[in-house]
Amino acid sequence: MTPTPRQVVVTGLGATTPLGGDVPSTWEGLLSGRSGARRLTEDWVEQLPVHIAAPLAVEPPLGRVEARTLDRSQQMALVAAREAWAHAGSPEVDSERLAVCVASGIGGVLTLLNQHDVLRERGARRVSPHVVPMLMPNGPASTVGLAFGAKAGVHAPVSACASGSEAIALALDIIRAGRADIVIAGGTEAAIAALPIAGFAQMQALSRRNDAPETASRPFDKARDGFLLGEGAAVIVVEAAEHAQARGARVLGTLAGAGISSDAYHVAATDPTGAGAARAIRAALRSASLEPEDVIHVNAHATSTPTGDVAESIALRLALGSALDSIAVTSTKSMTGHLLGAAGALEAVVTLLSLRERVVPATRNLDALDDEIALDVVSIDNRELGTGAGLSNSFGFGGHDVCLAFTV
Amino acid sequence: MSQTDILAGLAAILEEVAGVDPADVTADKTFIDDLDVDSLSMVEVVVAAEEKFGVKIPDEDVKTLKTVGDAVSYIQRAGVAA
Repeated sequence: MTPTPRQVVVTGLGATTPLGGDVPSTWEGLLSGRSGARRLTEDWVEQLPVHIAAPLAVEPPLGRVEARTLDRSQQMALVAAREAWAHAGSPEVDSERLAVCVASGIGGVLTLLNQHDVLRERGARRVSPHVVPMLMPNGPASTVGLAFGAKAGVHAPVSACASGSEAIALALDIIRAGRADIVIAGGTEAAIAALPIAGFAQMQALSRRNDAPETASRPFDKARDGFLLGEGAAVIVVEAAEHAQARGARVLGTLAGAGISSDAYHVAATDPTGAGAARAIRAALRSASLEPEDVIHVNAHATSTPTGDVAESIALRLALGSALDSIAVTSTKSMTGHLLGAAGALEAVVTLLSLRERVVPATRNLDALDDEIALDVVSIDNRELGTGAGLSNSFGFGGHDVCLAFTV
Repeated sequence: MSQTDILAGLAAILEEVAGVDPADVTADKTFIDDLDVDSLSMVEVVVAAEEKFGVKIPDEDVKTLKTVGDAVSYIQRAGVAA
């Protein structure tokens, strides 16, 4: 008989998002159905087909030196990590038992673009000596690791829009394997700039509802036309249950399991059969020792793209069968936009809060459910939730599928 | 340019680049140990000083600038030479 794996709990939450500068304001925004979308006013916007995004609600409140030496994605990760750490009671932990898993989908692209301009316009001597640590995709993990003195390993599992979820899945593995007692885990993304927007637009991935930004992100709706690019960071403190108990920590919930798979279908297109995503969902249930009937809620990846939302609906049916009929599904991207590498981490926070507070924030802008979506999507009004498990899906370009399972 | 002016100029750069309190910037202080300016930020200080004082500070000379006083003297000499 295999030994029971260490139980892994969540003891702290942190976030900075298009809805608020911390978790309480973000949660309040979700419950009240606020949109983080707005029309961009930068001078580079007019050349683009997409003029809308969901920027941070609150600029990172950091000092001038931090602002010079940290990419925006690192600054946001630091803000979210500080909130999560304080929320966890600023744990006293052996630094050699503290790890970090903080990922970004794209890395320091704003720094890359700005410093490339500096190079071309002012020459090599004016390029910032901080540019490499600011643009490397493990930069945010390193920033957080330095801030909290983590010596058990600093990781940045990059998997595009699944990065934040994969970071949390890795944190679960690290604690189960006994390599750390606490892992600061999450995702961050700051990519609202002309080049990423132009690139996503060329892939036909972005909504072009330039005249009505608040209605652009409309997961599962018949008239959806792509995602709304957001930015932000979310971080959770993942802890071995016995460690949390020994220090008298407040336990917010259990990170019960995680499943990871890959499509091997196409570098960017969604596998329309949903097979890969279904494998990740099944793997998460196995990892959590849960049955489909135990699941009461799914925070869907659902980015509001025409093909992705349908494939996710098919995947959920494949993995959960008839149990899906009584599962309340939502996509909070209808309010936050798509935070790319931070999305899964933010939705992990939201899934846990939904289970704890027993309420599912409604999917906004769902005027007419797509005929091909066979899900009980919570819309118009938030819905009360009973007791059970919640899943959070994240999928990324590259064919990455990650599903996290939480219980409270 | 007087040593006092150069010191004040360096203090302003150090404040901007590394968040050093100008009151802490005196000739006897070392950049790395006393003022906590790391090697990367030191590069920024040097580039800003070159621009502000109109001098060239080659990379091999940067290593010899341990204290604020070293930098003030170097910049004064380089300024005269230029």
